[in-house]
Amino acid sequence: MNRTIKALLYPYVVWIAMMIVVPFFLIFFYSITQSRPDSPAIFRFTLQHYREFFKTENINILSKSVILAVETTILCLVLGYPAAWIISKTNVNIQNMILLLFILPMWINMLLRTYAWQVILSRTGLLYTDTAVVIGMVYNFIPFMVLPIYTAITKIDKSLIEAANDLGASSKEAFLKVVFPLSMPGVITGIVMVFLPAVSSFAIPRLLGGGQYVLIGNLIEKQFYLLNNWNFGSAVSVILMILILISMRFMRKSGEISGRGGAILW
Amino acid sequence: MKRFFLVIFTVVAVFFITACSNKNQGGNDSGKQVLNVFNWGEYIGFDPVTINGVTYDNVIDAFEKIYNVKVNYETFDSNEAMYTKLIAGDARYDVIIPSDYMIERLIKQDRLNKLDFSLIPNYSLISQDIVNKLDEEYPDIEMNDYVVPYFYGTVGIVYDKTKVTKTVDSWSILWDEDYKKKIFMYDSQRDSLMVALKLLGYSMNTHDLDELQQAKEKLIEQKPLVYAYVGDSVNQQMIDGEAYLAVVYSGDAAYIMYNNPNMSFAIPKEGTNFWIDSMVIPKTSQNVELAHKFINFMISPEIARANTEYVMYTTPVEQVFNEVIEEDWANNYAYNPTIIDVFGGNIQTEVFRDPGDFIKEYDKIWSEVLSPERNYIVPIVIGGVVIIGLVAYLVLKKRKNRVY
Amino acid sequence: MVKGLKIQHKIYLGLMFLFLYAPIFVLVLYSFNASEAMGRWTGFTLKWYRELFRSDVIKNAFYYTIICAIISTIVSTVFGTVAAIGIYYHKKRVQDYVLNVNYLPVINPDIVTAVSLMLLYISVGIQRGFTTMVLAHIMFSTPYVILSVLPRLQAMDPHLIDAAQDLGATQLQAVRKVIIPEIMPGIIAGMLIAFTMSIDDFVISYFNTSGGVTNLSIEIFNMAKRRIRPTVNALATLMVAVIVMFVFIINRIGSKKKMEYRLKEDEK
Repeated sequence: MNRTIKALLYPYVVWIAMMIVVPFFLIFFYSITQSRPDSPAIFRFTLQHYREFFKTENINILSKSVILAVETTILCLVLGYPAAWIISKTNVNIQNMILLLFILPMWINMLLRTYAWQVILSRTGLLYTDTAVVIGMVYNFIPFMVLPIYTAITKIDKSLIEAANDLGASSKEAFLKVVFPLSMPGVITGIVMVFLPAVSSFAIPRLLGGGQYVLIGNLIEKQFYLLNNWNFGSAVSVILMILILISMRFMRKSGEISGRGGAILW
Repeated sequence: MKRFFLVIFTVVAVFFITACSNKNQGGNDSGKQVLNVFNWGEYIGFDPVTINGVTYDNVIDAFEKIYNVKVNYETFDSNEAMYTKLIAGDARYDVIIPSDYMIERLIKQDRLNKLDFSLIPNYSLISQDIVNKLDEEYPDIEMNDYVVPYFYGTVGIVYDKTKVTKTVDSWSILWDEDYKKKIFMYDSQRDSLMVALKLLGYSMNTHDLDELQQAKEKLIEQKPLVYAYVGDSVNQQMIDGEAYLAVVYSGDAAYIMYNNPNMSFAIPKEGTNFWIDSMVIPKTSQNVELAHKFINFMISPEIARANTEYVMYTTPVEQVFNEVIEEDWANNYAYNPTIIDVFGGNIQTEVFRDPGDFIKEYDKIWSEVLSPERNYIVPIVIGGVVIIGLVAYLVLKKRKNRVY
Repeated sequence: MVKGLKIQHKIYLGLMFLFLYAPIFVLVLYSFNASEAMGRWTGFTLKWYRELFRSDVIKNAFYYTIICAIISTIVSTVFGTVAAIGIYYHKKRVQDYVLNVNYLPVINPDIVTAVSLMLLYISVGIQRGFTTMVLAHIMFSTPYVILSVLPRLQAMDPHLIDAAQDLGATQLQAVRKVIIPEIMPGIIAGMLIAFTMSIDDFVISYFNTSGGVTNLSIEIFNMAKRRIRPTVNALATLMVAVIVMFVFIINRIGSKKKMEYRLKEDEK
């Protein structure tokens, strides 16, 4: 019975081999080789690009990106969780509409929205400050936090909450001991979906913080655009990937610890 | 309410349909020739233009209709991005409009076609001053064999004359404490390094590491006074009066001054960068003849006029330049400083030369300028320890709970 | 605990929406601004809307953006759903392998994905253009679809398929009539995410297209160097209006269906 259904997977495996594995392998390859500028076919293996990364300015850049991403993620969580919870409590008929209205701004070009923020922030004198950057980042990523948390909350079996109430818990206790822990998978997903793009984002910090904001995304982009240094660019990309994979591991661990593993998006 | 939505929907539907029909007209059409143009963003006339009594939507539309061809118009935002795309090899561009130093690189790498000026009769309309300048500044390559100038200008300081009462004639005003946080610097290594180098009296093309270090020190010294290092949006922000002083290209200054009468433009006496963007035909072009026609078209008087009126950058087409400064730009120093000061030798200007691989050094210096003062390593280590501690705590807690 | 919404909750949500729509409001407002630069209001005008209809560059970009988004969304949704179903029925080890690779584009910064694809296209010698752009979009959208559909599959009662087959359905019929409806919310969610990712994409498209094929993000980015014409604001405004309209229509249809359902229930 399962054979036909199992076969459904095979086209996709071919696809990811071609479109994901090979490209990333190419990046990895570029990161550990160096070819002569005039004859790209001749190359040698080297770790120089990785060594080049471990200089103070680059580490600083990486740190700044990570710190900014962490701030953004925490704020999104603090502001987004209540929003998700409130939406889950609204009239069931309009919940979907509210969610759609939540996502809608994301369909308007990100650059345009950020320019609009420039106008707003300059009016309030906040432009080109750290606050401006955080506001811009939170604005851009908060839907990614709210949606998974909302999904997780709505999946919770209502009878569990009733049971808690029957056993004498106040609504506050019911929330802390039942709802919040059970919504954890959603929280984890939200954190992942905000932190990852945030750490590599560079457009918003550049526009709202001024050119002083040089982040890891800038660094990588510069290598490919400006400096024609694809090898170093690939090395930094690999380093970033590794870092992200490590943090994903941590997420997974804490996700499993709190009860449910795996990422739920919806 | 419903009617309102219906209107919007119809408008969008019509828009989409016209967009689609535009597409179909072009691509699979009955053997219409195709021209691939690669230019800066917002760098061609997008307002309606009238030629011989017929009005066209914009310059590209005019060319398409008059010559019965299809134009694939693509844009780039920096010379380097253009270069990356060009050498990646798959795009067959027919006409590209890069900057002087990039053209220098392309010529040296033998990527450009020499122009057949018999196909560009309008070339005689180009100001001889510009042509000579190109010869002077790039003596080792025959630039004029490969290019037709498109726009040119300088880099200077645009400032709010109602707020800046001191004389603006030196780059040093950008280091003036009185204007703290009201100064915009350009978020570009070459342009900002240029400012510092000129202030110190050095060449903007220097490869001397010592001079570059000094420039770096100067820029770091300036950092607390800088409101922001902006790339784009400086135009809009200056029009809004966000800052009092900004380093801008003369064309952008012209645009700013046009939209904000409080603004004025000055070229510092220490000298500045003089730049020329020109039209070239890469060797990978598949339609060289049509490319020549397009270039000729672009410097025809009506089109050159349409372009310069829209973009507000200075045109090298002499008769258009003369007309335009009589009418609109008489008081706009950003638009026409060159005749008197630049070509007359009052102000020293330099063109950028292709840095080649040395760009990495420039970039290093620039990164050091922009580098944050605080050291982030300590917070990161602390953060890492905290996270590990948290996870360890949770693991232990889970283990404890299992014991019943 | 079926509590109604307290007033402070409503206020919180209201503030959140205010925050979300503030820049949208600014964009819409300035699409009617007579001045070219955003930031200073100099008068009301519709000229940007007129120019929008004339602007080949923007129309071209809009056309490619939408077509690419629609095609890549449809393809990645179908592909992703099929793949998710396939994954679900394999053993855990296979699942893990596939999923780990599958999520690489999700966790990677766009610039890395963008460049890796570009390297691929250059090495293989494919001319970059519309096809490569669409393929790239499918590549990064499909994992999100899978991410969205798989949990629904995992939450589904595994005996449903058996029940269907006991009642005489073939495998494919079982899939179509039983599984798909069960996971439909996940499919729809995945579709929405795929569409969102595609329509706003910049970096990946930028590195993987050329020859006159472009999209809105690329064009706006290139315009930004000099100035952003409010024509783009006009386009954004129209898009907002259309989307809001669709949202309301869908909601209307949804609640109508619920009303009918409830009436039918009452009749029983």
